[in-house]
Amino acid sequence: MRPSGVFDERYEDDIAVVRTGAHWVILFVGLAFLSIVPLISTAHLLATINHIGIAIIACHGLSILTGYTGQISIGQAAFMAVGAYTTGMLAAHAGWPFWATIPVSGLSAGAVGMVFGLPSLRVKGFYLALATLAAQFIIPWLIDHVRVDITGGVFSLEVPPPEILGVILNTQPKMFYLIMTTAVIMTFLAKNIARSGVGRAFIAIRDNDLAAEVMGVNPYRYKLLSFFVCSFFAGVAGALWAYWMRAINANHFTLMESVWYLGMIITGGMGSTAGAVFGAIYVKLLDELAQVMAPLIGMIFPTGGTGVELALQPIFFALGILLFIIFEPRGIAHRWEVFKAYYRLWPFSD
Amino acid sequence: MFSPIMLKLSAQFFLNGLMVGGIYALIAVGVVVVFRSTKIFNFAVGDMLMVGGFITFMFIDIGIPPLAAIVLAVGAGALLGLIIERIALRPMIGQPVLAAVMVTLAISYLLKGITLLIWGGHPKTFPRFLPGHVFRAGGVVWSHELLWTFGVTMFLFGLFALFYKYSRFGLDMRATAEDHQLAQTRGISVKGIFALTWALAGVTAVVGGVFLGLKLSLNLPLADVGLKAFAAVMFGGLESILGALIGGLIIGVLENMIGGLIDPSLKEITPYIILLLVLVFRTEGLFGLKRIERI
Repeated sequence: MRPSGVFDERYEDDIAVVRTGAHWVILFVGLAFLSIVPLISTAHLLATINHIGIAIIACHGLSILTGYTGQISIGQAAFMAVGAYTTGMLAAHAGWPFWATIPVSGLSAGAVGMVFGLPSLRVKGFYLALATLAAQFIIPWLIDHVRVDITGGVFSLEVPPPEILGVILNTQPKMFYLIMTTAVIMTFLAKNIARSGVGRAFIAIRDNDLAAEVMGVNPYRYKLLSFFVCSFFAGVAGALWAYWMRAINANHFTLMESVWYLGMIITGGMGSTAGAVFGAIYVKLLDELAQVMAPLIGMIFPTGGTGVELALQPIFFALGILLFIIFEPRGIAHRWEVFKAYYRLWPFSD
Repeated sequence: MFSPIMLKLSAQFFLNGLMVGGIYALIAVGVVVVFRSTKIFNFAVGDMLMVGGFITFMFIDIGIPPLAAIVLAVGAGALLGLIIERIALRPMIGQPVLAAVMVTLAISYLLKGITLLIWGGHPKTFPRFLPGHVFRAGGVVWSHELLWTFGVTMFLFGLFALFYKYSRFGLDMRATAEDHQLAQTRGISVKGIFALTWALAGVTAVVGGVFLGLKLSLNLPLADVGLKAFAAVMFGGLESILGALIGGLIIGVLENMIGGLIDPSLKEITPYIILLLVLVFRTEGLFGLKRIERI
């Protein structure tokens, strides 16, 4: 649904992301607001926002693979681990600056992702989910057991903080700017991949791979490309994670994390760039809610002892996902579209 | 390499692997039965097994004799399967495969959370209630617990095979696996069969959970051990119950022999490497049907 009075007279208008003057105003006010967030938020909130920023990047990748190309992956966290360790090793042992390690992490994770995407040439559906499940166990094992002299093995690998023009980014507010800048760039990238020829090829494969092949889309090439893009995003997210946590361990990248990202894109809305953002925020907020509720529930179940918030987190996550899949499978992004159509037609809507 | 000590070690690891493989086979059968009837792959099987172990532990803990506790827990497991099917998976009929995958994953985290809430995060140890003791025969050590495990799982396997092949419900289940619509027109309640298969999955999960809990300790990581059964499922062929048995035994043997003879740390990922190799080179497994979703 286009805003009233907007006519796409040229091709550039038709494909534009930002269409009207009001859009430009919203965009710049939004970015300006984002840039003052560290000044007005508390330390805990800022840490949450940073985590959401990293999750958004990982979700964009998964959204391209699962939402647009239709290939299920439950190994996103493992590919993040590849990116995190690439950054960790390059920064800690070789002293590379962050603007070099982040793209290289994306490329290395992309390469590993393509290897685990190879089964996608023969299988799809949950067969592929099983292949990525194997990645989820094999990659952390490799980190823990191969060349432990450079990965740190089961001990954490210390990562030096990133440095830009003499400023060392070693606090949450400073990291916020690095994470958010990257998240905005990656969101833009994801949006553009999705609406380019490549993105349309992905969608064609998702909707019907046979028909796509007949139309001249090479499914093998595009599936591997999709795995590469997905893992590239995961690698970038992992690199930021390494700089953010400053000490990385294979235990950070568990099956739970991978399922978390999958849950994010499902609640957000599959096959939608905005959906990845909504989903990341929604699931992270569920997490926060679990932490707030933990003392209350702890009074009811005192036997749980110290682990109440640990127990509530998966419960809230699971219920949040189940309710969405059963009652609104199209996710938050669909609700958002409905809302937009409503206010654009107002007062004549419905 | 072929020194007597190596041969002895190999025999020992082979034996242990075979016995543990029995548990994998039993869990795998739960996955296969659910998949055949409902076309849903149960990613929550590891957590169902963990919960089953904990329920048994709870019954034993409050003073019920172990054997009665296991029988009660098996009933509870069937109930758990029924609840999961009715609440979460019934609405998934006709939905895309990703939704069903995600629902089972969500259930797995729900069960993890509930387990943490009720029993906490500390490992629990089962009391040693199985009669007998460890003995030596033929140069290898036989653990009575593993023997019990193997014996009971094989007995259940045989029981299940008879049920599946000759009983009325078994016939209905096979008909449903063949074709939902045809089964429906012949008067079979397809929904009822779905519920029955999930109840069976709950039962196998409880038995697997008890024996795995006896071998390892009762803790959250037990759920990840249950995931190894996926390798058994794929290796044997997704549609085949005999395949689940053979796949489970082979995965158990390979895991223990590679872990024992090459590198102990490799043991943990051997099933996943096998899983990946099967998916790349022989998707249908040993006895699976060829008509799986090829591209």
